[in-house]
Amino acid sequence: MRIGVFVCQCGTNIASTVETEAVAREALQHPDVVYATSYMYTCSEPGQQQIQRAIQEENLQGVVVAACSPRMHEPTFRRAVEKAGLNRFMFEMANIREHVSWISNDRQANTRKAAELVHMAVAKLRFNHPLSPSRVAINKRVLVIGGGVAGIQAALDCAEGGLEVVLVERQPSIGGKMAKLDKTFPTIDCSSCILGPKMVDVAQKENIRLYACSEVESVAGYIGNFSVQIRRKATCVDWNLCTGCGLCMEKCPAKKVPDHFNEDLGNTRAIGIPFPQAIPKKATIDKEHCRQFTRGKCGVCKKICPVGAIDYEMEDEFISEDFGAIIVATGFDLFDHSSYGEYGGGRFPDVISGLQYERILSASGPFGGHIQRPSDGRQPRNIVFIACVGSRDASVDRPYCSGVCCMYIAKQAILTRDHLPDSNCYVFYMDIRSPGKNYDEFVRRAQEEYGVNYIRGRVGKIYPKNNHLIVQGADTLLGAQVEVEADLVVLATGVEASAGARELAEKLRISYDQYGFYMESHPKLRPVETNTAGVYLAGVCQGPKDIPSSVAQGSAAAAKVQALFSRDTIETSPQVALVNERACVACGKCIQVCPFGAIQWKELRGGIQKAEVLPSVCQGCGLCNATCPPKAVQLQHCTDNQILAEIDVLCA
Amino acid sequence: MKRRIAYYQGCSLEGLAIEYDTSTRAVCEALDVELVEIPDWSCCGSTPAHSHDALLSAVLAGRNLAIAESTGCELAMTPCPGCLKSLKGALQAFHNQSERDVFLEILAMPFTGHIKAISILQLLYEIIGVDEISRRVIRPLNDLVLAPYYGCLLSRPAQFAEFDDPENPISMDELLVGAGAKLVDFPYKTECCGATYGVTRNQIVARLTGRILDMAAGLGAQAIVVACPLCQQNLDLRQSQVNRYWKRRFDIPVVYITQLLGLALGLEPEQLAWDKLFVEPDWPLTAPAVERDHLEKAQS
Amino acid sequence: MERIHTLAIQQTCDIGFISKVEEASGQHISKCYQCGNCTASCAYTHVYDYPVNQIMRLVQLGQKKAVLQSRSIWLCATCQACTTRCPNNLDVARIMETLRIMSRQENMVAERDIELFYHEFLESIKAFGRVFETGLLPMFSLKAGKPFTDMDLAPRVLKKGKLAFLPQRIKGRKQVAAIFHRFEAHQLKRTEELRQAGLTQPVEGDSHPDECE
Repeated sequence: MRIGVFVCQCGTNIASTVETEAVAREALQHPDVVYATSYMYTCSEPGQQQIQRAIQEENLQGVVVAACSPRMHEPTFRRAVEKAGLNRFMFEMANIREHVSWISNDRQANTRKAAELVHMAVAKLRFNHPLSPSRVAINKRVLVIGGGVAGIQAALDCAEGGLEVVLVERQPSIGGKMAKLDKTFPTIDCSSCILGPKMVDVAQKENIRLYACSEVESVAGYIGNFSVQIRRKATCVDWNLCTGCGLCMEKCPAKKVPDHFNEDLGNTRAIGIPFPQAIPKKATIDKEHCRQFTRGKCGVCKKICPVGAIDYEMEDEFISEDFGAIIVATGFDLFDHSSYGEYGGGRFPDVISGLQYERILSASGPFGGHIQRPSDGRQPRNIVFIACVGSRDASVDRPYCSGVCCMYIAKQAILTRDHLPDSNCYVFYMDIRSPGKNYDEFVRRAQEEYGVNYIRGRVGKIYPKNNHLIVQGADTLLGAQVEVEADLVVLATGVEASAGARELAEKLRISYDQYGFYMESHPKLRPVETNTAGVYLAGVCQGPKDIPSSVAQGSAAAAKVQALFSRDTIETSPQVALVNERACVACGKCIQVCPFGAIQWKELRGGIQKAEVLPSVCQGCGLCNATCPPKAVQLQHCTDNQILAEIDVLCA
Repeated sequence: MKRRIAYYQGCSLEGLAIEYDTSTRAVCEALDVELVEIPDWSCCGSTPAHSHDALLSAVLAGRNLAIAESTGCELAMTPCPGCLKSLKGALQAFHNQSERDVFLEILAMPFTGHIKAISILQLLYEIIGVDEISRRVIRPLNDLVLAPYYGCLLSRPAQFAEFDDPENPISMDELLVGAGAKLVDFPYKTECCGATYGVTRNQIVARLTGRILDMAAGLGAQAIVVACPLCQQNLDLRQSQVNRYWKRRFDIPVVYITQLLGLALGLEPEQLAWDKLFVEPDWPLTAPAVERDHLEKAQS
Repeated sequence: MERIHTLAIQQTCDIGFISKVEEASGQHISKCYQCGNCTASCAYTHVYDYPVNQIMRLVQLGQKKAVLQSRSIWLCATCQACTTRCPNNLDVARIMETLRIMSRQENMVAERDIELFYHEFLESIKAFGRVFETGLLPMFSLKAGKPFTDMDLAPRVLKKGKLAFLPQRIKGRKQVAAIFHRFEAHQLKRTEELRQAGLTQPVEGDSHPDECE
């Protein structure tokens, strides 16, 4: 084999701590290496041309590039060698940037390590074989998980492009957190007025199938061919029959059921539709509070339902669907402020969360849009807002900024002053983060036009005194302790990963950060892709963001799916396991360890059993290769021989 | 079987807080706890020592734990949260690899660090338990309305105190409710009383304790219940100074948790040194006797 | 407190001071993002010259003299409210205590009588092994020039029989005194080691005479 080695300087990224020329010189000593050089930017156009020229002129059969991580540029170089006529698997990459130059300043040691990594790559390359990918058909159906505004946008955009969409929502209605908001910043337009039509669109589009009250149970397969099991939770109401008339809700005798849609500020019934604009407009029974379930007798709704839709015996149902791509838009939860003992730890009824206040402001909320205290229904005169509760707070393990609270408290303060012109609003803040379009102007308006008092400092303690709440804080600009006698305190509770986010990530085989937010493939350049091909992200499940950004990401994810589905087939990687039938002893260990079910029995003539890999299912993890006692299963492009060759030169 | 626990009294409990010592001993006796006074104990150094140097503070307190270990007890209990802080500081210094050698060198006594330091509240609440104590109540504190006041150190900082809640402690609340008392929801449970500034800056103490007394009075408390000799001294002994500072006439007894529990357990006021309080309760200490008579009759 | 007017940040920043505070307190001072929660929670803000968050800020800027000469560090009662509520898990009370110790070592104490009280307290322990309350108060009052401290309380305390007229001299008082001596010897040795290693600052702490006007 005639091998060429190209050592990249990456500007000064590598060259400042690695002697690239020396690495190239040493490479020439290795067997089969006929050409070696060092260049400033190997990934650049001239850098790639240099490789291609050398392939032609030196008649190279294999190429090693020592540069950055293969995650960065392996596809670039594979394309380059392919253009010059080589098979893309006759290429190896040595990572001398992330693994060498960036982690140490010891020039001598770095040069040594870089040379060794190049040596290993050369040793492996000598055992490489040309491999060719096969193609499989793409199933052009898309699954959207989560029916908040991001998921709705993604589903609508996909449907608009003619794709078949399945939207799975955990709650009885789509709409997510946005459906609970009163108005939206910075335009103060009514949240349900702008979201409502989109929700109706979802219900009306013929190519969107909505599974509400449902969750993803399991995911198998790969890009282009996912197979997903969905659990449709028992609603105890046959939605094919239910007309959404609401009679059951009116007559249900269980009247003290906490109203989750209203953030537990009021009560609802054990059967019903969560809110008037709900999609689907179907009733659901809350088994935890339904007397039929808690006491074993009642049956009022069953008697009253004009269409006979009530079915107490209903059980969860499982359905399987196939998709070519998945968009994850599972949203977020609100930080639970009960861990703030200094703010009452949830004991004071008039210390409420931002979302609770949103419901209070809403005309469809528990108090019909009249601002009043949850404790006694009195109209508050002095309202205090506290920023960064469960955000930027390492002591409760939430060191990140939730990104929306500065804006939503400015909005809530403006609305408060609008509703109650005689009221006083005080906002305790640390910094104001308002980098969106027209956002900072909005916060200025809260102060200049609406007379909201902004106080720069945190609040140390809230306690009740004479039917008020004493808010004890600091004004750090003044260098003083300050006290406000408040009637109502709104905590700008932050954003956290939605409950169950980690479990869903495991099912989808996507990664998440330490707080449970899903990891995008690249923080700047691949913001809606995940590291699992065919799985895309939209909305707050990826990290805190506001409505415009969530919607933009929903559309972006839909565009990614459209691009993927614009082809009919997709290349599958040839880096899969292969069974050498002559060596296979049919012990079945590989079948047991394969996490993807990609290995099965195959019967040869005479009834002899052998293991067989399904290349379209195999993910190339190599577990079978490591497990196989006679080493009959070999992962292509990572065979035992190739790995041993690398180890040999390292230990020589 | 009787529990044996090493007892670190601390200097305050020899003087201005003598009733805390008397009532602690009496209550422990009634609860079958044998307090083994640490022989020839010395001062823990208190705030002056740890404001001087953490190491000096650790060793001064460490001497007492070293002696306590020689009594064979596994726990050392002190009623004073200030002393507790010093004792725990000694253990912290000992268990810190970089400090241990110099700590032992200056201490110059055998010390294994196996002993644990706890407060009287920890003993009552965690080791004996509310259930056990309420079971032994023979003279419930019926109708008495109390403000439980923990002060700053008993549960703070959380990682150091390892006891109760730093913002809303409840151990004393539960003990008192278990003894039949009614409680006000006291928002100043952990506010600082002015600490050691009684002597050097008594206006600070007057200001801070004034707020606490005002809150307790406003909520209709008949007494403030404390578990710290310094809190008690600032609220009780200095109540006259507070009244002068605020031009008020506070007259709220400030009593130790052990004194109240002692009454509930059937001990006599004299056994609990009730007469040592400066602001004397205007409610009867031994009422209602009915239940007790009833109980005695039942026993005979 | 001397009012800081224009502060020449580069010239007055004592980097060595910042690292000394960090080492002695075990706290990473740059974690403080000036939210003010310590000040909001502090029961002593009303008597401070600089509120706690400004003390933290002054330490971040290496303003040794302003910090060590401040009254605040001596009026802090270590009540732990700041430490309990710091969103960045800083032990603020520990930093205040560290500064208190440093201000005494550097002879920059602003509240002399509080230091004197602590001193007399420790002297009492050194002499008797325990604190002799009856002796401590008059000694302090005399030396502090405040002869009438708590005179109003004396008759009532005596009436209750709460104060002893003679100190409790414990048997181990020599043992306690020896602890003080070994501690002082250790301090001297350590200072000497630091001096030889060239690590100590000028004792008078006046390395930046222009920092406050």
